[in-house]
Amino acid sequence: MTALAALIRRDIRIALRVGGGALIGVLFFLTVVVLMPFAVGPDLALLSRLGPAILWLGALLASLLTLDRLFMADHEDGSLDLITMSRTPLELACAAKALAHWLAAGLPLIVATPVLGLLLNLDMVATGAVALTLLAGTPALTFTGMIGAALAVTLHRGGLLMAVLVLPLSIPVLIFGVAASQAVIVGPMTFGAPFSILCALSLVSLVIGPFAAAASLRHGLD
Amino acid sequence: MRLSGHGLRCVRGGREVFAGLGFTAASGEAVAVMGRNGSGKTSLLRLIAGLLVPAGGTIELDGGDAELTVPEQCHYLGHRDALKPALTVAENLSFWAAFLGGERGDAAATLATVGLDHATHLPAGFLSAGQRRRLSLARLLTVRRPVWLLDEPTNALDVAGQDMFGGLMRDHLAGGGMIIAATHAPLGIEARELRIGGVA
Repeated sequence: MTALAALIRRDIRIALRVGGGALIGVLFFLTVVVLMPFAVGPDLALLSRLGPAILWLGALLASLLTLDRLFMADHEDGSLDLITMSRTPLELACAAKALAHWLAAGLPLIVATPVLGLLLNLDMVATGAVALTLLAGTPALTFTGMIGAALAVTLHRGGLLMAVLVLPLSIPVLIFGVAASQAVIVGPMTFGAPFSILCALSLVSLVIGPFAAAASLRHGLD
Repeated sequence: MRLSGHGLRCVRGGREVFAGLGFTAASGEAVAVMGRNGSGKTSLLRLIAGLLVPAGGTIELDGGDAELTVPEQCHYLGHRDALKPALTVAENLSFWAAFLGGERGDAAATLATVGLDHATHLPAGFLSAGQRRRLSLARLLTVRRPVWLLDEPTNALDVAGQDMFGGLMRDHLAGGGMIIAATHAPLGIEARELRIGGVA
């Protein structure tokens, strides 16, 4: 346990230091969402209809932006070799790294959502609903994205390849995240059904993600 | 304790690097792996460390902890330092100590041994190549592992650093440890030579 706690602490610390990914992700999220009203125009009704989708897309892109460095940085400086060799199972180490990434880069997005909701003409309830769906759904983005990050290390290609691999996997999360938020704002569906599926997606990815990522890293040993 | 490899074969990128390679190292023994560039010195170390999958052959550690795999009982010091530039010297060291073993040595004393006690709170990004190497060496001391796998360990170390490192290796061997080192330069300790792919 101390090993995993140490890994989580280290990754969070690096993310919060100068040059770490946490702040970049939030700034990117802010920029994307702020740009949207300028692109869509001053139609307030349209903005509040599109609001949840815009917030979700922003969060998805922001978490992708920092995710491709998840294993790459450790691979480049040799840390990944030592992590692979260590007595901590690689699956748990992967899960710890993803958890640290979510705490450092995912949570700030959710904290920023209420502020950004104002820009998109979302009322308190709607903003709360979006924030809640993000809280339930972003772990799925991180843990499925981790598979792409591990593959990027294995294939020695970063950046765009990872986006191409991960974006299709995040489609279900996007669908049910936006559906649950829309249910609160315009109806007629209930909030519960899509939200439960969203939670289920997160739980499934929590289980599959670490195993798939560890398998990919092991296969790519070189 | 005895680390041995039999009939090891290594294939990388479709090319056979070496085949039929064997070695042994008992407690208190060092093996210096020699060979020209590209002869597979690093590959051999990475095979032992479990970071490459052998195309044939076996690696065994007799008398080790039966619950642990061979790589789990090794320290690997590669070309890359496994240091995070954003973290301080002390943070880098305490992370690896906690992650690798949990048995906490005295970090301050360890840093003093490798000559970095004046830079404890400096981010590792500001260290010179030699200082980074010294910090990597400190990792070997914080957590006890019977086998040290060293890849060009004296690279970037100054003369005083090489002396210091020679002392560390002698202490490790005297404590019953084993060292497999890939090197071009003399190690500064008594070591059996293992030549790969002809004379360097």
